[in-house]
Amino acid sequence: MRRTNSLIDNIDWFLVSLYFILMVFGWLNIYAAVYNEEFQSIFDTSQRYGKQLLWIGTSTLIASIILFIDERFFSTFGYLIYGIIILLLIVVIIIGAETKGATSWFAIGGFKIQPSEFSKFATNLALAKYLSTINIKMDNLKTKLSAIGIIGLPAVLILLQNDTGSALVYGAFVFVLYREGLSGNILLIGLASATLFVLTLLVQSTEVNIGDSAINGTFILMGVILVLLSLFFYFNRRKKGILVILIGVFIASIGLIQSVNYVFSEVLEPHQSKRINVLLGLESDPHGAGYNVNQSLIAIGSGGFAGKGYLEGTQTKYDFVPEQSTDFIFCTIGEEWGFVGSFFLIVLFMTFLLRILFLCSRQRSAFARIYGYGVASIFFFHFAINIGMTIGLAPVIGIPLPFFSYGGSSLWGFTILLFVFIKMDADRLEVL
Amino acid sequence: MKHLESRRFTIGGIFLAIGLIFIIRLFYVQVIDDHYKLDADNNVLRRIIKYPARGLLYDRNGSLLVFNEAAYDLMITPKQLTEDFDTLKFCQLLDIGIEDFISKVEKAKKYSYYKASIFEKEISARSYSKIQEQLFNFPGFFVQTRTLRSYPQNTASHLLGYVGEVNAKKVEEDPYYKSGDHIGISGIEKSYEEVLRGQRGVERVLVDVFNREKGKFMDGAYDSSAISGSNLQLTIDAALQQYGELLMQNKKGSIVAIEPNTGEILTLVSMPAYNPNLLVGRERSTNYQKLTKDTLNPLFNRALMAKYPPGSIFKSINALIGMEEEVLTPNTYYSCNQGYYFAGRKMGCHAHRSPVNLAYSIETSCNAYYCNVFRNIIENYPTAEEGYLVWSEYVSRFGLGQKTGIDLPNELQGFVPGTDYYDRYYGEGRWKALTILSLAIGQGELGFTPIQMANMTATIANRGYSIQPHIVKAINDELIDSLREIRRETGIAKKHFDEVVNAMAKVVKQGTGTLAKLDSIEVCGKTGTVQNPHGDDHSTFIAFAPKDNPQIALSVYVENGVWGSRWAAPIAGLLIEKYLTDTIADRRKWIEERMLNGNLIANSAKSENETHE
Repeated sequence: MRRTNSLIDNIDWFLVSLYFILMVFGWLNIYAAVYNEEFQSIFDTSQRYGKQLLWIGTSTLIASIILFIDERFFSTFGYLIYGIIILLLIVVIIIGAETKGATSWFAIGGFKIQPSEFSKFATNLALAKYLSTINIKMDNLKTKLSAIGIIGLPAVLILLQNDTGSALVYGAFVFVLYREGLSGNILLIGLASATLFVLTLLVQSTEVNIGDSAINGTFILMGVILVLLSLFFYFNRRKKGILVILIGVFIASIGLIQSVNYVFSEVLEPHQSKRINVLLGLESDPHGAGYNVNQSLIAIGSGGFAGKGYLEGTQTKYDFVPEQSTDFIFCTIGEEWGFVGSFFLIVLFMTFLLRILFLCSRQRSAFARIYGYGVASIFFFHFAINIGMTIGLAPVIGIPLPFFSYGGSSLWGFTILLFVFIKMDADRLEVL
Repeated sequence: MKHLESRRFTIGGIFLAIGLIFIIRLFYVQVIDDHYKLDADNNVLRRIIKYPARGLLYDRNGSLLVFNEAAYDLMITPKQLTEDFDTLKFCQLLDIGIEDFISKVEKAKKYSYYKASIFEKEISARSYSKIQEQLFNFPGFFVQTRTLRSYPQNTASHLLGYVGEVNAKKVEEDPYYKSGDHIGISGIEKSYEEVLRGQRGVERVLVDVFNREKGKFMDGAYDSSAISGSNLQLTIDAALQQYGELLMQNKKGSIVAIEPNTGEILTLVSMPAYNPNLLVGRERSTNYQKLTKDTLNPLFNRALMAKYPPGSIFKSINALIGMEEEVLTPNTYYSCNQGYYFAGRKMGCHAHRSPVNLAYSIETSCNAYYCNVFRNIIENYPTAEEGYLVWSEYVSRFGLGQKTGIDLPNELQGFVPGTDYYDRYYGEGRWKALTILSLAIGQGELGFTPIQMANMTATIANRGYSIQPHIVKAINDELIDSLREIRRETGIAKKHFDEVVNAMAKVVKQGTGTLAKLDSIEVCGKTGTVQNPHGDDHSTFIAFAPKDNPQIALSVYVENGVWGSRWAAPIAGLLIEKYLTDTIADRRKWIEERMLNGNLIANSAKSENETHE
């Protein structure tokens, strides 16, 4: 590739275009979700679509400014930015405004700013800076703990703001750690534990009658695990130390199964455990905890193949789906644009994510690459959880769909997150 | 590090896998599975407004004057109308014409496709039960409960006022009101609207295509319950009010009675009146039209909105001003030779003995005496203008020519001319006491409302001050103290009032007001005759009793009743007797009989016809 110093030539315009397409498509749907016949001016800032237009304008401005900041600024001040955001996260717990039970907002005049939307960017920056330091090895326990510390601190602070959804997003960084050398087994163990957790929930209330006695499902599950592990041992019996490992796995499994109830009733909030139960089909509560998902599925499902047409959705019009311009914006897309529109949206997001991964692979500096993986992971997590929840594949966790959900803080946060990476990519050839 | 490089494929693979799962799931939900589409059709959210019960009204003794009755509004949501809607059957059910149906649906569509609006309002409980049975056949329609006012005693219609639908202007101004809401339009319903209306609540209910309720939206998380309006206890004595209305039947006029030491209005009669139950529900607009067309103007609240010159009653005020201004003493004598002669003109008077002192001037209502008094008041100052300003200041301290500030709407201000009025009329500096001499005997430009006259009477009864007249005593059993603390002083010495009060006692004892005389209670009063260029003069009377520590002060106006002594004085006497002794003495039954049977409306109609011819 020819080396040129022109910023215009080096920007990945493909990614920038995707950004704008997503944002405009998102705005059209906010307009549809809020649309009513009484307010039709798109610039009416008393309405959400009018305000969102304002956010889109300011986001574009922020994006442009970022493109003119030297890339080294971010690597140099990574920790400082992180520190400031952490401070803000602490302050907001003390003096923040409460909205829907979460104290995660600073109210400034008529507008509200949510620092947790910016802490994803700051954490990603700090993590990239830390992991790109020379001589840092992922195998090292100290490295792992430090990385987890960097990720965990803001997550805990956001948990303290009572915003569980936003805190869970930090789990996305596991992809970054994996890419930088975290053992794949950790991912597997995580996946296995989650599966076991779900299985336990599913079987614990069933009973199997053997002879005269009823045996609880969990004991059956333990039995199945024991059989599977025994088979595994039989085929690998020549391997050294395998028995110890398998016994360890078995004990851990029993422990996990036994702790499910405790976690469910003591650690999780009642509404959280209820949402999980509803998701697993263990509890039917169409007017309560299951209401959102049920209505959301009805809205999306009623869209059919081709959709009802723009502004023609009835489910969203009648306000059946709560939070339809924020967390449940995908319903509007599903209802009005149908499967065609949903498919297009998923493809658009996939292209967007894979494009970021591609850009990562061409970075010369570890800092930019790690940062890029962070960007992709965060966007992916939001995408997967948000859409997953609207179509009943993920528990209801209130996090926005990037560029679609109404909200100034989140749009600004995502814009900064993305454009810092676009800037890094544009400057990649200057890195020696 | 090469192996880490390849991990990007794992990550990318996970991303793609999730994307693929989503697409498959969406394909299933949106294309293959049909039941969500059905659910969407079945799924209709209905926002039901919970109208609070409007506050009840009681009289001062706890007797119920206004309560609420259930009624039902039939609501329409145009978007939910189906294509196979059986219009004919629906019209039969409601007993309406097809054109009517179409125009109403159009109107609702114009308002909103998605929001429910009223299709047919205030359906009675009886019709409702019939409609409710069938309603499930007609998607897009549902019923909303609300309440209508009901009046167990047919009385006090003007002061109670009525409730009607809020107008478009108000909806725009006040976000509380939505089109179709009820609001107090007149009387107490209007002045205490915010207290009476309570707080509206909202319930969101899910219903299916068969109009069956499927439960509360979000378990009622967004619902709010209605808070009932506050009940009001009025100062009105319902029994006295009704007795007053009875005495005034077949007459035009008004009675305002006040408890002098509290300012509480005991009765506020305006006749002819209407049955308050006429202005309720679906028949309201028809009946309202009828009432506005009635030539007797029954909707007009004479007690607050009619303006009359005070007539001879006003002599008491001029006497008080004269004494305070030290141009008159109780022992000032003037001669009267059937009138007062000035500048070659004459202010006539009836035959009585002469010379006249203050007490006798009031008792016999001598015109000439007050021409002298008035002239002395005005001419006590270098210019007529200065004198007039002093005089009119005194008049205003009796609350005359000013709104009393009663807690009822649409009170008339009345009229006392300013100096600029005479300047315009006669030219600046070209008028003097004699020019405006008719003011001496309460005629001329002066115009006061019956409530102002009653308040003035209370001022005399109190010997110098009045308490803010008011109609509501307590809100939810809590006394409103702020009103009874507003006290207006005349600045005229009590001893002067004593002179006038003594004279007024004589008016009843042996003068023009003897028909108001009671056996056990000393009544003070003053008759008046209001000149009426359109027909017979109006009969007026003010009175209070007992003379010491008065319990009731009132003004009575009987239009076309000619002399105060003829109609107004006996009616005032009967009311006082009824209020203070709870019964009418046998000796006075004949007076009651005559008042009840008196019909001045037929006469006045005749005399008016005569004048037209």
